[in-house]
Amino acid sequence: MTQALSFLPRPRLQALIDALHAAGFRCIGPRVAEGVIAYDALEEAAQLPWGVSETQAPGHYRLGASDTQRCFAWANGPQALKPLLFAPRENLWRSRRAADGGLRFEETLPGSAPLAVIGVRPCDIAALALQDQHFLQQEVSDPYYARRRRDLFLVAVNCTHPAATCFCVSTGDGPRASEGYDIALTELADGYLLEAHSERGRDIAAALPLETAAEAHIAAADTALQQAAEAQQRRLPGTDLQAPLFANLNHPRWDEVAARCLSCGNCTSVCPTCFCYSEHDAPALDGGEVTHSREWDSCFTQGHSYIHGITIRAETAPRYRQWLTHKLGSWHAQYGRSGCVGCGRCLTWCPVGIDLTEEAAAICGEVAPP
Amino acid sequence: MTNKSRIAVHKFSSCDGCQLAFLNLGEALLELAGLVDFVHFLEAGFDDAAAQVDIAFIEGSVSTPEDAARLRAIRANSRYLITIGACATAGGVQALRNLADAEAWTAAVYASPEFIHSLATSTPIRAEVKVDLELWGCPVNSRQVLAAVRALLFGVAPVVENDKVCMECKRRGQVCVLVARGEPCMGPVTRTGCGALCPSFGRDCYACYGPAENSNGAALANRFVGLGLAPAAVARRFLAINGASSEFDSVGRSWREKQNDGG
Repeated sequence: MTQALSFLPRPRLQALIDALHAAGFRCIGPRVAEGVIAYDALEEAAQLPWGVSETQAPGHYRLGASDTQRCFAWANGPQALKPLLFAPRENLWRSRRAADGGLRFEETLPGSAPLAVIGVRPCDIAALALQDQHFLQQEVSDPYYARRRRDLFLVAVNCTHPAATCFCVSTGDGPRASEGYDIALTELADGYLLEAHSERGRDIAAALPLETAAEAHIAAADTALQQAAEAQQRRLPGTDLQAPLFANLNHPRWDEVAARCLSCGNCTSVCPTCFCYSEHDAPALDGGEVTHSREWDSCFTQGHSYIHGITIRAETAPRYRQWLTHKLGSWHAQYGRSGCVGCGRCLTWCPVGIDLTEEAAAICGEVAPP
Repeated sequence: MTNKSRIAVHKFSSCDGCQLAFLNLGEALLELAGLVDFVHFLEAGFDDAAAQVDIAFIEGSVSTPEDAARLRAIRANSRYLITIGACATAGGVQALRNLADAEAWTAAVYASPEFIHSLATSTPIRAEVKVDLELWGCPVNSRQVLAAVRALLFGVAPVVENDKVCMECKRRGQVCVLVARGEPCMGPVTRTGCGALCPSFGRDCYACYGPAENSNGAALANRFVGLGLAPAAVARRFLAINGASSEFDSVGRSWREKQNDGG
């Protein structure tokens, strides 16, 4: 990387928000609400979660206080980038019965406004690349997703505080962002190491009161990210589990995990790469107009495997197997890599705390590195 | 006109609250009245209980000796029969007496219990007659009843909503009260349809929409123990408004027994 690194002293962080506003972006960033850290409108740097940390374990999330005056000293909350682009529910089109008896179809494409997201973790940037692959690089790209994606500006924050549920090192997606962002920050004791990675990012950086990064800043960032990598306690048993998963379709563990699994779909909903949705029609009461919409679905619902009178996966064991064999297995054939970026959300936000890394290890055993 | 679909709304043992799904429609009620004829709906002033209808909505559970015969007559007069609410669909809160000595309760509550002629149990409509569609909820909402009527007017099968509340809670971007606050939320085993209403106010779901399909109450009950609930408290989470549904009944009873075992 020949990109010069700069340094933004902490008291000047507001300048980043101001520069994005001046460039026409609405800003959102991490804020504390309802007991978690989640994206919300960001006007002032003071609104960031200063001195806030969190603890996570399978099925458990609590905010706490950090011992530093930092605003990025935490790991991801429940919300990824996904809902910003792949809307949890949206109208796809409307049809009306015209006076001549025919049907008239109307587009309901979303309006789009330039949006800057501050504080995106490397795992979520990796997940965004996978969602892009699914929604934009198929034969027919998804115009709803594309509209919102086009005007998205990403300020990544390299991850110096992984949670106990994180395992991005084992998926190769963190704790340092490598591509797919406009600007990356690394939070240090007295400010932010800043790297612009795109044309737009360099334009914004040019408007900031930056200093040249000192050797000590670069070394401190390297050390912090090295420590973050070493702090991760969990890992997947390999980066490509396609063969071991499909060799173990009748493993007794599927039934064991199904006894604990609620089949509630929390894992797939918080997963930053899951993309399944169902489509529905909502007719007006008079029957003259229908709104066709889609909403997040999950391989844990009955409808997901319902085909003309038959539910293929009626019970939890085949549903859990579908989730794991797709996410960690057949995703490779479909998209050239695993569908897991190691963000750990499916562990934390599982109401009964099922640990994907533990299940994968139990089913696959140890897998030799490629 | 004579070719308009005819609708009846019948009441059995219930609080009348589900009928408000119609009466609270506001302007849409006028629109609905333009599409269908209400021929029996006592709460709205229509009284023809023996009328032949296209759709009969049933509120309330079977809990008196007369209920069963009345219900069979309604079934015989109706093309489609749809239950509305927890009472009609699962027996309702009054089905708590199925777990107790109903006679002793009656004696304890009423000054002259000899005038009370109720059955020892409260049972859902499905236990007595064939039901074509069940709308869960305590109470059901207007969106549910309108969607059912609209689908049947089109001549298509109404969409059955049977996913867990969690799916809707996450779509709405609400924070999980179980994971983030340790609340014993019933959302992971409860049927969607309410719009994840209670979690939107930061409180735990209490399962008023009944069991979702493929619900794993046993696993959620174990989790509640992990959150610090005593066996009696776990049992109460399940044995409530929809406690007589088979899914909740079995889990609730097993934890009641653990309580009695001193477990």
